[in-house]
Amino acid sequence: MSADNNTSEPLFSKKNKMLITDPLTDNNPVTIQVLGICSALAITVQVSQAIVMSLSVLFVIIMGNLIVSLLRNLIPSRIRIIVQLLVVASLVIIVDQVLAAFLPDLSAKLSVFVGLIITNCIIMGRLEAFAMANKPWPSILDGLGNGLGYGAILILVAVFRELFGSGTLMGIPIFGNSLPGEESGLYTIGYQNNNLMILPPMALIITGVIIWVQRARNKALIEEH
Amino acid sequence: MESTLDIFVKAIFSENMIFAYFLGMCSYLAVSKTVKTAVGLGAAVIFVLTVTVPVNYLLENYVLKEGALGWIDEQYAELDLGFLSFIMFIAVVASIVQLVEMLVEKFAPALYGALGIFLPLIAVNCSILGGALFMAERQYSTILDATAFSIGSGIGWFIAIVAIAAIREKLRYSNVPGPLRGLGITFIVTGLMGIAFMSFMGIKYGKEAPTEEGEPITTMLDTNQENNIN
Repeated sequence: MSADNNTSEPLFSKKNKMLITDPLTDNNPVTIQVLGICSALAITVQVSQAIVMSLSVLFVIIMGNLIVSLLRNLIPSRIRIIVQLLVVASLVIIVDQVLAAFLPDLSAKLSVFVGLIITNCIIMGRLEAFAMANKPWPSILDGLGNGLGYGAILILVAVFRELFGSGTLMGIPIFGNSLPGEESGLYTIGYQNNNLMILPPMALIITGVIIWVQRARNKALIEEH
Repeated sequence: MESTLDIFVKAIFSENMIFAYFLGMCSYLAVSKTVKTAVGLGAAVIFVLTVTVPVNYLLENYVLKEGALGWIDEQYAELDLGFLSFIMFIAVVASIVQLVEMLVEKFAPALYGALGIFLPLIAVNCSILGGALFMAERQYSTILDATAFSIGSGIGWFIAIVAIAAIREKLRYSNVPGPLRGLGITFIVTGLMGIAFMSFMGIKYGKEAPTEEGEPITTMLDTNQENNIN
């Protein structure tokens, strides 16, 4: 299929590069298109969970885009939603089984949120809006870009929440030991972890602030109301 | 054991789909600009959750779970079809939404007029599939408990979307900083509402006293928090 594309345009033409870079900044799926927040925020307490979730979504969105793009001329438009759902669900089952086999602890922590990748609006949105109308190679790039854009926000939120909520990053203590009686580092001078950061509502507020910063830097994105 | 009432009230407040688990956020943010449409979508979610979760409960307990097929024949008693649950749940949700849409259109045209455009959207609403997956994970002991959970979650979702829609209608008259307008302020307000809803945590609702398990209120609160974090 790539040979087919090579004849018309180079593999990494400007247009194709845009497919990857655009969702990372001015067309971010989470902060601009408001998609995929459902399963995104609940697993941002720890960076490791957020990374595993981002990789899972990346895999599902790239493979889903590729498969639907290959099938796009065979899928009758009346039943396309259910076909897309089945493709995504099969891919998510693969991810779930792999996680359960190789990372059982993380898989237990992610609980139902791996399954909820199926109804992640980013994936359905990209399948419907892009993969149904484009060739396989651009579809893969589009999946890659959107998956990375989603992962970037997820990991950014998780870094804030884990750093200030538990004082660690990837489980490694950053500010010293916080256990009562054996404090070290910052905790000896009275620093406290902000337990509010661990609670679910803070994920929403941090995302709100990220949106605020992004729109303050790029005035074109400001909404009327 | 939690009482059925306990499960019901917990699903509405302390384990609210939106504020504790962020399920169904996409439609929550997209369809909450006016109270009227929010009520329509909220009602449709209650309706679909109430129908799909019990069906998925039967599917889980009589087909998919390990040993669930034992009622057909002894030789099937060891099968575990749990890995199929995602694909089965989403198929059930999508087809029930289709069926409900057709039935409502035929027998209750007025209701169809009110819910019509929202029903197809709901097949991909995370809260519906989330309801089914939580039901499977928590292993409710009876179908009654599972139904109580599904109605409670639906009502919780309804309350959340109607409340945010009412706030957004008022927000239109306030002078929000430019970059925060629209999406940003909605996120922050939802976060503040979530903090308010967290005050329902740790309350023991049911009639049955928790003394049997010897579980003081404080540990209840701890486990609740852990649930929410994970």
